[in-house]
Amino acid sequence: MMSLLSAEIAEQVKKELADLAGPVRLVMFTQEIECQYCAETRQLVEEISELSEQVTAEVYDLIGDSDQAERYGIDKIPAIAVIGAADYGVRFYGLPGGYEFASLLHAIKLVASAQPSLADETMAVLAELDKPVHIQVFVTPTCPY
Amino acid sequence: MILAHRIAVASPMVQADMVEATEFPHLTIRYQVMGVPRTVINESVHIEGAVAEGVVVEKLQEALLEAQGGDEGEGTG
Repeated sequence: MMSLLSAEIAEQVKKELADLAGPVRLVMFTQEIECQYCAETRQLVEEISELSEQVTAEVYDLIGDSDQAERYGIDKIPAIAVIGAADYGVRFYGLPGGYEFASLLHAIKLVASAQPSLADETMAVLAELDKPVHIQVFVTPTCPY
Repeated sequence: MILAHRIAVASPMVQADMVEATEFPHLTIRYQVMGVPRTVINESVHIEGAVAEGVVVEKLQEALLEAQGGDEGEGTG
């Protein structure tokens, strides 16, 4: 199968991920008969994992591996849970293409370092949280956020 | 949006999903996504467009207050 990442992009990704602060697991969920985006998302995480010693890809079936889906709170596919020393609740749903690919690389570096670099005021508010918060950010590949 | 993921890393109480809108049309309908980015916090609070960190924190507090005050029990969905 053709690579999703061109040699040039692969080289850039390799550089970006060269000094990761710790190991990162890309836990990907798909299904037996893969939708187009599922197949591409799986291929993408596999290709990324080959570009860094610190990054590993795990692929699960949403139905067949329902215990894993439950563990990571996955309810739709394609899904990627980006896991560092802990599961920080960082998820991607859908193929992270375009600008979202950059977001995925950022997320990998973020969970590796576990340093969110937020304002002190933000950290103070977050420290007070006593209930679960679920943030969903809807994006498209052409949206730079 | 990196900010939501940073917030998730900062707090064990927060999960942040980046959702590719065109791949999940049922969610774009459910959350009335007309433009991106659109941020939905705990089903109830919405943020249109990219906003500063302070605004997201305000909205987060708003979502929590709403959960305390007017929990209508939407079920497990």
